[in-house]
Amino acid sequence: MAVEKMSLAKALNESLRKALDTDPKVLVMGEDVGKLGGVFRITDGLQKDFGEERVIDTPLAESGIVGTAIGLALRGYRPVVEIQFDGFVFPAYDQIVTQLAKMHARALGKVKLPVVVRIPYGGGIGAVEHHSESPEALFAHVAGLKVVSPSNAADGYWMLQQAIQSDDPVIFFEPKRRYWDKAEVDTESIPDPLHTARVARPGTDITLAAYGPMVKVCLEAAAAAEEEGKSVEVLDLRSMSPIDFDAVQRSVERTGRLVVVHEAPVFYGSGAEIAARITERCFYHLEAPVLRVGGFHAPYPPARLEEEYLPGLDRVLDAVDRSLAY
Amino acid sequence: MTVENTAARKPRRSSKRVSAAKKPTSSEPQLVQLLTPEGERVANPDYDRHVADLGPEELRGLYRDMVLTRRFDAEATALQRQGELGLWASLLGQEAAQIGSGRALRDDDYVFPTYREHGVAWCRGVDPTNLLGMFRGVNHGGWDPGSNNFHLYTIVIGSQTLHATGYAMGVAKDGADSAVIAYFGDGASSQGDVAESFTFSAVYNAPVVFFCQNNQWAISEPTERQTRVPLYQRAQGYGFPGVRVDGNDVLACLAVTRSALERARRGEGPTLVEAFTYRMGAHTTSDDPTRYRHDDERAAWEAKDPILRLRKYLADQGHADEAFFTGLEAESDTLAKRVREAVRAMPDPDDMAMFEHVYADGHALVDEERAQFAAYQASFSTEPDSGSAAGAEEGK
Repeated sequence: MAVEKMSLAKALNESLRKALDTDPKVLVMGEDVGKLGGVFRITDGLQKDFGEERVIDTPLAESGIVGTAIGLALRGYRPVVEIQFDGFVFPAYDQIVTQLAKMHARALGKVKLPVVVRIPYGGGIGAVEHHSESPEALFAHVAGLKVVSPSNAADGYWMLQQAIQSDDPVIFFEPKRRYWDKAEVDTESIPDPLHTARVARPGTDITLAAYGPMVKVCLEAAAAAEEEGKSVEVLDLRSMSPIDFDAVQRSVERTGRLVVVHEAPVFYGSGAEIAARITERCFYHLEAPVLRVGGFHAPYPPARLEEEYLPGLDRVLDAVDRSLAY
Repeated sequence: MTVENTAARKPRRSSKRVSAAKKPTSSEPQLVQLLTPEGERVANPDYDRHVADLGPEELRGLYRDMVLTRRFDAEATALQRQGELGLWASLLGQEAAQIGSGRALRDDDYVFPTYREHGVAWCRGVDPTNLLGMFRGVNHGGWDPGSNNFHLYTIVIGSQTLHATGYAMGVAKDGADSAVIAYFGDGASSQGDVAESFTFSAVYNAPVVFFCQNNQWAISEPTERQTRVPLYQRAQGYGFPGVRVDGNDVLACLAVTRSALERARRGEGPTLVEAFTYRMGAHTTSDDPTRYRHDDERAAWEAKDPILRLRKYLADQGHADEAFFTGLEAESDTLAKRVREAVRAMPDPDDMAMFEHVYADGHALVDEERAQFAAYQASFSTEPDSGSAAGAEEGK
């Protein structure tokens, strides 16, 4: 057993280090990932140890980063590219959606695109415009992409290596406001498969389904609800494409109630997809309609308003109360 | 008359001298030419050595490639008119650019085409019938890119230039001495991806040749709507050479591409080749060029036809006799017949094919939807026989 307490940022760094060390075909690419170690220091020290041929500082051109990563993957490499912030992925969106997602199918399986696109996402750090968005639904909607998000250091460590080992392109959303949260990471135990959900806290009255930054908020909500005598189960989905609907179904069949929580706007969001599928699968088990808590259909607000925009403890507890009132 | 582009050679003084001698205009561009429209071989001190190995047999081979490619293209156009293909993007007029550059490649070089590189595909040994699947609507590309080092056609304009650059970066990392070539058009030169591929390839000194076929039109938009300077001059701003070549001169295209590939192999980085040519037909079979260009423009370019000028040269030099040309005509007919029959025999894909290869490692949702669709399809065959033959067919 090798258990070590570390931050999510450190866990991701260790994960990349292990991947680079294990497979000479793994490359790390992005703006400022070399000497600086990335703006969040996720790639800190990697270029020093693995050299400029493995840890590649790129020009400031997101489409170029993803487009060349596709070419490198066609040549047999496994690029892990860093997009500096969520809002900056859109210049690369064309390459991701029209090329990265479809090339394996277009080639009838003859080529593989093992590219990981790492995106620090979500709000809560008081950033300026385009630095706090949650565009995961835009990627999950595209066939050919897999979309995941760890919520804690242990998942960060393992899920990133699993994503790198996958022969499919994986969009890897990192909850930037959890980068500095520490947790115990077992670097030897065999983890769950990448796309399985995890019961983060068992409960019997209602299920909260969340991923990434919102798992912590839901755990806090569950603890607060317990003081009021309510038993709340928290499900960490971990993967937005595919979604482990079996795990959600199992939980909802026990509790009869479901609230989906995410930072992204509710409208057309992953909560809508989960609500629809679970309504179909669990119609006779549901005691209340599936409720959603998330962002509004408005541009992500200036930092001084983000606490109002982001789902917090009170909005989650309010949804729990509304569900239980049915 | 041959005027050498000086951007590739760089010395500033010589550049001034050439400019003074012959000012470039868009109608009379500076370009590398080895064979005039009249079929006369002209000397070029920089590029002659790159085609010095060509004897009569090799010259006849280039001619054969161009003739068969043109015939294949004409057959595909006819098949579209007959309803056998949903669409076709003709290369008519661009045979020299494609055959010249395509024959410059080594087997271990890698090609990233757009959707009009039928002649390059021919040079790579891709069976021409494989090019038709996507235009018939039975697949999105019917060949294994790895087996001929010829990537699938790319429809989003310019995207593949970045794939080529990344692939070339990988070639350099591997320490291999092969090169990569990316094809695109004058319209694509306006795309950000092309600019980014220039940046990346220059910064990483990637062994890639950018082969721009400037066929003067991006659907209805003329080159003047894409750029205010000759396209080959773009390269200068990125720090690598740009060359404008007569795109209707197969010898010049071969020589210039060989030179650029050799430069890439020597580790000297990218080159932009602008093949100055003309799309004689429509952009695709859905296009109507009579709405935006005059017949006299096409007539002027027909006088520069890439096939006729090599034919004249071969005949004048005594490199080919009438039997050769007649034999080639018969070979063209055979190819056209084979293509026509192959297209008509192409089976529609299986219903379940849309669920295949969405992911390499599988995906729970795809598995679920595949099973649901299979059950739905199967439900037709288990329904009681209504006595309708059409119903039975539906249930296949």
